[in-house]
Amino acid sequence: MRAKRKQKLFVILGLVSLAAIAVGLTLYALRSNINLFFSPVQIAAGDAPVERQIRAGGMVKPASVDRDKESLEVTFIVTDYVDDLEVRYSGILPDLFREGQGVVVVGQLQQAGWLRADQVLARHDENYMPPEVAQALEEAGYAPEDYQAKAAEVGKMMDARAQDSGDGPTN
Amino acid sequence: MQTLMIPEIGHLALIIALLMALVQGIMPLAGAATRRPLWMAYARPMATGQFLFLAIAYACLTASYLLDDFSVANVANNSNSLLPWYYKASAVWGNHEGSVLLWSLILAGWGFAVSQFSRELPRDMLARVMGVMGLVSLGFLAFVLITSNPFERLLPNVPQDGADLNPLLQDFGLIVHPPMLYMGYVGFSVVFAFAIAALLGGRLDAAWTRWARPWTNIAWAFLTVGIALGSWWAYYELGWGGWWFWDPVENASLLPWLAGTALIHSLAVTEKRGAFKSWTVLLAISTFSLSLMGTFLVRSGVLTSVHAFANDPSRGFFILVLLGITVGLSLLLFALRAPRVSHQVGFSWLSRDALLLINNILLVIMTVTVLLGTVYPLLLDALNLGKISVGPPYFNALFVPLTVVLCLFMGLGPLSRWKHTPARDLFKRSWTAGLAALVIGAVAPLLYRGEWNLKVSLGVVIALWVVLPMARDLWVKSRHADGRMAGLRRLSLSYWGMILGHLGIAVTIIGVTVVSNYAIERNVRMGVGDSAAVAGYTFTMTELASRRGPNYLADTAEIEVRRGDSQRSFTMTPEKRLYLARGMPMTQVALRPGLFRDLYVAMGEDLEDGSWAMRIQHKPFVRWLWLGALLMAAGGVLAVADRRYRRTVTARDPTRDSERAAIAAPREALP
Repeated sequence: MRAKRKQKLFVILGLVSLAAIAVGLTLYALRSNINLFFSPVQIAAGDAPVERQIRAGGMVKPASVDRDKESLEVTFIVTDYVDDLEVRYSGILPDLFREGQGVVVVGQLQQAGWLRADQVLARHDENYMPPEVAQALEEAGYAPEDYQAKAAEVGKMMDARAQDSGDGPTN
Repeated sequence: MQTLMIPEIGHLALIIALLMALVQGIMPLAGAATRRPLWMAYARPMATGQFLFLAIAYACLTASYLLDDFSVANVANNSNSLLPWYYKASAVWGNHEGSVLLWSLILAGWGFAVSQFSRELPRDMLARVMGVMGLVSLGFLAFVLITSNPFERLLPNVPQDGADLNPLLQDFGLIVHPPMLYMGYVGFSVVFAFAIAALLGGRLDAAWTRWARPWTNIAWAFLTVGIALGSWWAYYELGWGGWWFWDPVENASLLPWLAGTALIHSLAVTEKRGAFKSWTVLLAISTFSLSLMGTFLVRSGVLTSVHAFANDPSRGFFILVLLGITVGLSLLLFALRAPRVSHQVGFSWLSRDALLLINNILLVIMTVTVLLGTVYPLLLDALNLGKISVGPPYFNALFVPLTVVLCLFMGLGPLSRWKHTPARDLFKRSWTAGLAALVIGAVAPLLYRGEWNLKVSLGVVIALWVVLPMARDLWVKSRHADGRMAGLRRLSLSYWGMILGHLGIAVTIIGVTVVSNYAIERNVRMGVGDSAAVAGYTFTMTELASRRGPNYLADTAEIEVRRGDSQRSFTMTPEKRLYLARGMPMTQVALRPGLFRDLYVAMGEDLEDGSWAMRIQHKPFVRWLWLGALLMAAGGVLAVADRRYRRTVTARDPTRDSERAAIAAPREALP
């Protein structure tokens, strides 16, 4: 009986200590690996930390994409139609990356105010505005009409341009 | 083509199936509770009928796809007349409504299989199992009919042509990945039903585990293959050569796999030693709950990904309620009926029992950490506490060390005996293997790349530590008077299953280790005539052209590849496609697969001066990832083929009677 009780005690002690280690490690790993999301308006207001991994998002400003002639360096501007954020990236942009489309970039904000992106994620969104960005704008006190109208206008312009060149959405 | 009746017949069949699920969910359970054989006898015919009618409904939807009936909203949104027939047939599950229908069909299929292959099951046990499966089915069919009817018509404004299937899904992967994954996900409903039936009936003995184990193993094998196929698909389809992204949708499939892995091991202890009974039941409930949660995450639209088709909040809410009811009720039942664990079976700390206990603890910790990282951002968002994302570093930081620890114990598992293994024996059986693993692991990176690499060494050491002691064990066990072959043949199939499963883990670990540490990726600017050297290969662009496919336009590049100074060369032709119906661009990767390395070339962007940004990758040992998964799945299937599951199990095996569960409520002792 004693042996069994002892065994049980060991089981419990082992479980508790393992669980404690796991929880500690988990919290530590979570704390150092969480990427917060910021929109250009928040970054312009100085809310975002500098030189820490963050996510930022908005729309790719029309005619702002600039590819270096020699390398794969590319610069573009992400906007929420209130403030702009300059993004620099080296590499291949995703298939769905297009001017006037929503984009989320992961990278570090530099002291000079531009963002060095390690990762660019593009997605197609019918509202021409990622929901996080719309929410951030609302929180900053902008009425949805202010930017939605502008966004839709740019979106339509881009669609029209795509249609003209013959490779745009046909439906 | 517009068809008159096919969608309506499908809809009707779906409703009939729902009614049958209702009967199957009520009558057999009520019959088992009141001991009325007639009521219990509803179970089998209802399961058969449900499967039949769901098959009809499913066939009707497929027919609508194949016949291009764009008056059906589901077809109009997800298909196109230009789509090849095999994509039309698989587009059925390339969308929300169709995929839940497939989910329900597979669930009914598992139910039908249980009703057919469990003839030796005691009548009331079968009734309870089938009743629980009927209830699960009822929930899902109600979900399909109320929120996601795939047969809805677009009348009278029938579109001319469909909006096309998402080009990302127009691939062989779509044909195989979802059905395999669902077979796994849904397959865990069987062991769940067995667990609930055991709680209801107060009967949880060795016979119970012998019924439940094969089903669990098969479901687990399907899930393993499904996850591997998903990883393989993402690898070549997304165009950047990743094979695991710790994306919430992937995690949603990994969670039931981890819990299921723990479950198949704890079932082994329950069968052989009669221990861990309530723990096994709890794991069975958790595994299926995690499957349901995965369905919720993927199908509710809370996540944004190719997998998340649904953006209708009522659907998410419905699944959440379904999940809440299932988890809540089963945990309540568990709390009420689970045995008070009397440690009637003691074991020493050096025994297979103890090692499997450690295996379970570690797997559960892994499940919890992945769950936390997956759900935490969603919870914060739901509570309006900010939008965050948890990146791969979090998962890697926890998952990798836990896997290493798991493998340390895994190496000892097959060497140990139940109940007690003297430390001296354990050491005697493992020290040569351990030493060999250490030495080989230490020199492996030197031989392979001429350079030390601690991570690679560690990976190789633990993989060998899993394999070598097992190989020694196999050598010892296969000794036989009639020669080695006779000895090998004498070993049980479930032993071979274990060997293959563990070998699979080791192979996957080697793959993960090597490809994560030695993969080379170069993004280069290339025009015709330019070349780039990557990992000893020279890639030269010889031609840029464009062509027209059945439903897309493509820019293609011809890349001539030469190894070192070799005279022989081969051509790789990556493409950038533009799918016409949606105006959506897609990267078609050129792959040169090999057992020891893959070459991977993708066209990035048109740089508009006649050159393209090209992504060239050298991926050593990447195939081992999926090869390992296939071995694991083969192990799972092999274990099921073991003789003892084919033997007709009498309802009460007198030799095992002493192991009868100490489950509460002995009043339900069986006739």
